[in-house]
Amino acid sequence: MTLDALNLMPILPEIILLVLACSILLIDAFMRAGSRDVTYWLAQISLVVTFVAVLTGMSMEQRLSFDGSVINDALSDVMKLAMILMISMAFALSRSYLKDRDIHKGEYYILGLFGLLGMMIMASAYSLLLIYLGLELMSLALYAMVAIHRDDIRSSEAAMKYFVLGALASGLLLYGMSLLYGVTGSLDIAVIRQAVLGGEVPKLALLMAMLFMLSGLVFKLGAAPFHMWLPDVYDGAPTAVTLYLSSAPKIAALALLLRLFGDGLIGMLPDWQMLMIVFAVASLFVGNVIAIAQTSFKRMLAYSTVSHVGFILLGVLSGTADGFSAALFYTLAYGLMSLGGFGIITYLASRGIEADQLDDLKGLNDRSPWMAFILLVIMFSMAGIPFTLGFWAKLAVLQAVVEINLVWLAVYAVVMSVIGAFYYLRVIKMAYFDKPLVTGMPVQSLDMRWVLNGTGIAVLVLGLYPAGLVALCAQVF
Amino acid sequence: MFANWPLLSLLVWLPMLSGVLVLLFAGRSSHLARWMSLIASLGIFLLSLPLAFNFDVSQSAMQFVERYPWVPSFNVEYFLGVDGISMPLILLTSFTTILVVLAGWDVIEEKTAQYMAAFLIMEGMMIGTFAALDAIQFYFFFEGMLIPMYLVIGIWGGPRRVYATLKFFLYTFFGSVFMLIALIYMYFQADSFSILDFHKLPLNMTEQILIFLAFLIAFAVKIPMWPVHTWLPDAHVEAPTGGSVILAAIMLKMGGYGLIRFSLPITPDASQVLDALMIFLSLVAIVYIGFVALVQSDMKKLVAYSSISHMGFVTLGMFVVFMIMANPVGEGGASLALEGAMIQMVSHGFISAAMFLAIGVMYDRLHSREISAYGGVVNSMPIFAGFVVLFAMANVGLPGTSGFVGEFMVILASYKANFWIALTAALTLIIGAAYTLWMVKRVIFGEVRHAEVSTMPDLNAREMIIMSSLAFLVILLGVWPDPLANVMHATIDNLVQHIAQSKL
Repeated sequence: MTLDALNLMPILPEIILLVLACSILLIDAFMRAGSRDVTYWLAQISLVVTFVAVLTGMSMEQRLSFDGSVINDALSDVMKLAMILMISMAFALSRSYLKDRDIHKGEYYILGLFGLLGMMIMASAYSLLLIYLGLELMSLALYAMVAIHRDDIRSSEAAMKYFVLGALASGLLLYGMSLLYGVTGSLDIAVIRQAVLGGEVPKLALLMAMLFMLSGLVFKLGAAPFHMWLPDVYDGAPTAVTLYLSSAPKIAALALLLRLFGDGLIGMLPDWQMLMIVFAVASLFVGNVIAIAQTSFKRMLAYSTVSHVGFILLGVLSGTADGFSAALFYTLAYGLMSLGGFGIITYLASRGIEADQLDDLKGLNDRSPWMAFILLVIMFSMAGIPFTLGFWAKLAVLQAVVEINLVWLAVYAVVMSVIGAFYYLRVIKMAYFDKPLVTGMPVQSLDMRWVLNGTGIAVLVLGLYPAGLVALCAQVF
Repeated sequence: MFANWPLLSLLVWLPMLSGVLVLLFAGRSSHLARWMSLIASLGIFLLSLPLAFNFDVSQSAMQFVERYPWVPSFNVEYFLGVDGISMPLILLTSFTTILVVLAGWDVIEEKTAQYMAAFLIMEGMMIGTFAALDAIQFYFFFEGMLIPMYLVIGIWGGPRRVYATLKFFLYTFFGSVFMLIALIYMYFQADSFSILDFHKLPLNMTEQILIFLAFLIAFAVKIPMWPVHTWLPDAHVEAPTGGSVILAAIMLKMGGYGLIRFSLPITPDASQVLDALMIFLSLVAIVYIGFVALVQSDMKKLVAYSSISHMGFVTLGMFVVFMIMANPVGEGGASLALEGAMIQMVSHGFISAAMFLAIGVMYDRLHSREISAYGGVVNSMPIFAGFVVLFAMANVGLPGTSGFVGEFMVILASYKANFWIALTAALTLIIGAAYTLWMVKRVIFGEVRHAEVSTMPDLNAREMIIMSSLAFLVILLGVWPDPLANVMHATIDNLVQHIAQSKL
């Protein structure tokens, strides 16, 4: 097959992004240190271009290309659009934070774009090799981003941890994939799916393959008991990077779960369902209970991530279209809330002030009622209280779980959310009931203000009228 | 002229919209915030009146119905409507909000706009709870209400406000999540979230009992029933006057409303099987909590416990129904009990609001809620003392006041079920008289023991309006309860017929 016989259209957005990212890398190399804003805006423009490219190529039907190793369907398109949007927001929310810490380097944006490229490949990957390629591209970019503040000892420690444990997880995943290839004789998910459904594959080897792959993936997602790295990395990394880490990569990880388990290994649903129940139960417990003990806002949000991952797993493990769309809906909602939560930290931070402790939020309502209100909306949304997006996300997942008659699991999940509500309420208590320790608010750039306001308003508006987003997530499957 | 208006939607969203407007435009001027909120709450009250005038008392079906898809993928609808049970409660809500705005008029000096906006937003959510006919929509408002209340207690509350407000939030949140699971479970049986469809849904005994218990946890915490009542005294004591008024007058009613809207019609057989438990819990609340009220030294706590005791009549009236129906001589008693429970809810809304407002009046002057800090208030505040005595008598259940009607109906109906239940419930009249009148004696009458008390100015015009409007309603409902009872007749008769039929 020659190259011109290949139809490159299905991966056009990825190609565009790659070309743009490389160009920015070149341009950035010739710029003076003081003009990184140009890199920022170029990165934003390339995100817009990629967004438009994905949007124009969007179609509801499923298209396979490159001998069935690339898939373009509504799921991949919706995920890509959401990732691009979230990364654009993450960039906007981090610029001033990076400047204040003298780490406003072009690398942040360029690595961010390459990370996005990896995620987009993950969303469209339909063969084991491509999945691994996308995952590693994303992970390498993330490792480097976590280490971007190289003079900061905590940041370097976080990067080291992330790299070693991330490599271990990749190894687990790769080993599982090799077993799967060994027993099914194919890297192609469609073929694997047929082989598993056909039932002629040795069960034990298949179980081993599934176990390793699932462990590797939940490691990446940060589900308990493989969550140990997550609080350290989220807390140690510069908040700008945490913002990035906690939003779009979760969508990409969900894509892998859905492709590998929801599609390829759907024939083994009872087996991986059991395992995911264990992971979900553990995550909900660890995330909600340990978060109570935190004094750092950033670390608390990291543990809350673990519990949200538990909810995402609840949606996936139902194995139904309703469950998958609930998981997607929850992940999108979580990404938005997480951007808002960490975004408030970067908003309050200024030169020399990290603003990542709970005490830093004290009296926020006296300092800025509007910021306090955004914090309130985000916190109640994470707790799953009505009038916010988080309520509908939890409702979707609970519906999916009750639908497959796991009522006890739903009851467990809501009881854990009540425990979780405590620490979200404590944040609001700090912001509204306590007296401020400092006065005044840092002055932040216009784009950052708009993105943060937009996030808060979106969480509220989607909380009042979520029908569009819910329908979008439902149509995908 | 109101026939074609989406009245209920307006009543739900206008308060919230005005709350947002107050936040946006009156953030810097307390004065503006007060006037805007007063105008908004008056307007909303006027808007709720057509609900009563255009209400067709002869039919039991839902009226003023609005039904649109809301989140089609989840089958959640935007479905509003009222019947004889919810309509009076909506009027109670829109009326009480005016009092709350007036009660916070000069008292709330810090963040006035946020205070007023919180209550306006809460008003919309409370009306939404009473008007919602879609189960998820009900839950949406029922839970959403916690947000403004959490802030009201936490920001403008007393010294232990953080503890009280966290306890309030977590207690009620914990209660209601089980209800959410029950609602989702029923959705998969009925393929709809409409409460009316749930009413018709056949369920077997195990399902009914589990669903009943899930509802019970949610509503028992809200009412509150013994033994899950402990959040209420804390919340009341720490809340600002307005918060206490809304808690006592409206939020507690939501529990009772939930039982009558969900538990009885959806799980009639479970309610029948478990009625002895419910009656026992109600009687414990009526008698035991009455004794607890007797020993309180804090006025707000005393009234809070008295609320729990009075709400015991509501739950008693609701569940004694099944015993009456089992009793061959119980003809007509079932409707009497349910109507008594409903009238008790409305009446308690007035009386408890009045009691908390009266305590607020004294607190604003002396900044103490301790009974021992007062004594001989009548000497310096004769008009105020007159009102307090009236409300105290209503709290005791003196004939001619609204407190008498509901309690009397419930006791009368219980008599048809079982003599001993009626006797135990009637006992509360004595205990109620004891704790209420004793408090009045110590606070209002007697010698002036503290010099500050003699300097307390009597009611000002604003307080006069609040007190006299409540006094008017308490007496009106006491001597002429017919209009209210008429509104409920058709709905309650229909409900009694519905729960008499087994779903098994």
